[in-house]
Amino acid sequence: MSDVIVEVSGLRKAFGTLEVLKGIDMSVRRGEVVCIIGPSGSGKSTLLRCVNLLEEPNAGTVVVNGFEMTDPDVDIDRARRGIGMVFQAFNLFGHLSVLENLTVAQRKVLKRDRDEAERIAMRNLEKVGLAEKAGSMPAQLSGGQQQRAAIARALAMDPAVMLFDEPTSALDPELVGDVLTVMRQLAEEGMTMLVVTHEMQFAREVADKVLFMDGGVVVEEGQAAQVIGEPRHERTRSFLARVLNPVHAGE
Amino acid sequence: MAMSRRKRAQVIRGVQYAVLVLAILLVVLLADWQTIGSQFFNLEAARTQIPEVITTALVNTAVYTALGFAVGFGLGLVFALMKLSSVGPYRWIATAYIEFFRGIPALLVFIALGFGVPLAFNLKFDVYSTAAIALGLVGSAYIAETLRAGIQAVPKGQIEAARSLGMSAARTNVTVVIPQAFRIILPPLTNELILLTKDSSLIYLLGLFRDDFELAKFGREGLNATNSMTPILLAGLCYLLITVPLGHLSRYLEGRTGRKSERGLKVTA
Repeated sequence: MSDVIVEVSGLRKAFGTLEVLKGIDMSVRRGEVVCIIGPSGSGKSTLLRCVNLLEEPNAGTVVVNGFEMTDPDVDIDRARRGIGMVFQAFNLFGHLSVLENLTVAQRKVLKRDRDEAERIAMRNLEKVGLAEKAGSMPAQLSGGQQQRAAIARALAMDPAVMLFDEPTSALDPELVGDVLTVMRQLAEEGMTMLVVTHEMQFAREVADKVLFMDGGVVVEEGQAAQVIGEPRHERTRSFLARVLNPVHAGE
Repeated sequence: MAMSRRKRAQVIRGVQYAVLVLAILLVVLLADWQTIGSQFFNLEAARTQIPEVITTALVNTAVYTALGFAVGFGLGLVFALMKLSSVGPYRWIATAYIEFFRGIPALLVFIALGFGVPLAFNLKFDVYSTAAIALGLVGSAYIAETLRAGIQAVPKGQIEAARSLGMSAARTNVTVVIPQAFRIILPPLTNELILLTKDSSLIYLLGLFRDDFELAKFGREGLNATNSMTPILLAGLCYLLITVPLGHLSRYLEGRTGRKSERGLKVTA
C-alpha cells in the first residue's frame, strides 16, 4: 500500500457563485500529523469536508487510503469506514448512550458482534479517559467529555486517518486541554491526522506539517516550526500576529 | 403622572381581578339556575345513558379514532417521505395532497367518502372502513407535515456523523434520524390524535345503527329521548375522559424532550 494516505489535487469547490476552494494540492503521509490553519472563511473546513466527501468538490481529485473519493462509482460508505471524522459540534447521537454511540457503527457497518464491539468501545473509552461514562447520555457530559467520546467513536472503527474539524472551537477554555491531550497522545501513537485548528501551540508542537490557507488557496506550507515560527508570507505573518496576540492586534 | 413600578403593578392586578369578579357576577345573575339544574344535571336522564355511553359510545369513539389514526399515520409517513424526496413529481403530488386535505373541512371528506365514492366506484364500505379511511385522509395531511418537520428538525450534524462512520443513507435514516425525529414529533402527534378524536363525531353522517353510535351521536339520541341536556353533558365529559389524559401525556412528553434538547444545547453552545 502506498505511503500517502490522503492525496488532494486540483481541488475546487464553489457554493453557488462563491468560490471557496480555488485549486488545492496537498497530501498526508502515513503517520503524519498535518494541521491546517487560516482565518475563518479561508476554506479550511471545506477542504477537510471534501476529503471524506461530506462536501462534493466541483473539480479535482481526492484519494484517501486507496479509494478515489471523487470517482462517482466509488463505494463511498466503504471508503468512509477508513476515515474517522471529529466535528466542531461533537455530533454524538443524542438518543444513544456513550457506549451505544461507540458500538452502533461497529455493529451496523463493520458487522462486529455485540461483545467484540463493546470490548473495542471500552478500550477506546479508556483511552480517552471516559470508561466510567459508558452508560451516560451525551447530554449529561461536558463539552470536553462529549468531544473525547466523539474521538473514541471514530477510533473504534479503526480508521487509517483521522480528520479533525476545529475540535476545540466549541469548548470552554478550561476543557480544551483534555481534548488536545487525547489528540497529542494519538499523534504519538502514530495515527495519521489532518487537523483544522486555531490552536497554534498544538500545531507547533504536534504537527509535522502546517498549511496556512487564505482565500481558498494554500498560501504557505512547511514544517510547523517554520510556518508558525518564521512565516515567509506577509498574509501568514499578519494572521499569526492576530491569533497569537489578539489584544495588540490593532497596533 | 409619576407612578412607581410597584404601584403600577398593583393597579393593573386590581383591574384584572375586578373584571373577573364582574364577569362571574354577570353569569351568576343572568343564568336560570333552576333550568340549568333540571336540564344539565338530570339524574334520571343520566341513568338511561349508563352503561352504554361507556360500553358502546366511548368504545366506538376510541375505535374509530384509533383506526383513523393508524391509517393517517401510514399515509402521513408516505406523503412526508414523498415531500422530502429528491424526485420532483413526488414532492408536487405530496404538496397537492397535503394542501387539499388540510384545506377542506372534515365534514366534506366524510360526505364524499360516505356517499360519493361508493356511488362512483360501486363500492360498499362498512362503518369501520369508512371511519378509518375518512379520518385517515383528514389526519394524514397534518401528520405528514408533522413528520416532515420532525425529520427535518434532526440536526444535520447527526446525519453527517452517521455518514462519516460509513453508514449508508438508508441506515442513517433508520438508526439515527427516525428515532430522534420520533421524539420531536410525539407531542404534536398527540395533539393530532386529540383532533381526530373530536373529528370522529362526524361519522354520524353515514347513518349509524345503535351499536355503531359514537359519543356525539349517542348524546344527541339521548337528548331526543330524554328531552334533557344531560346526555350531551355526559358525552362531553366522556370526550374529556379521552382528550385530557392525552393532553397531559403530550405536555409530559413535550417537557421531557424539551428539557433534553435544552440541556444538549447548553453543552454544545
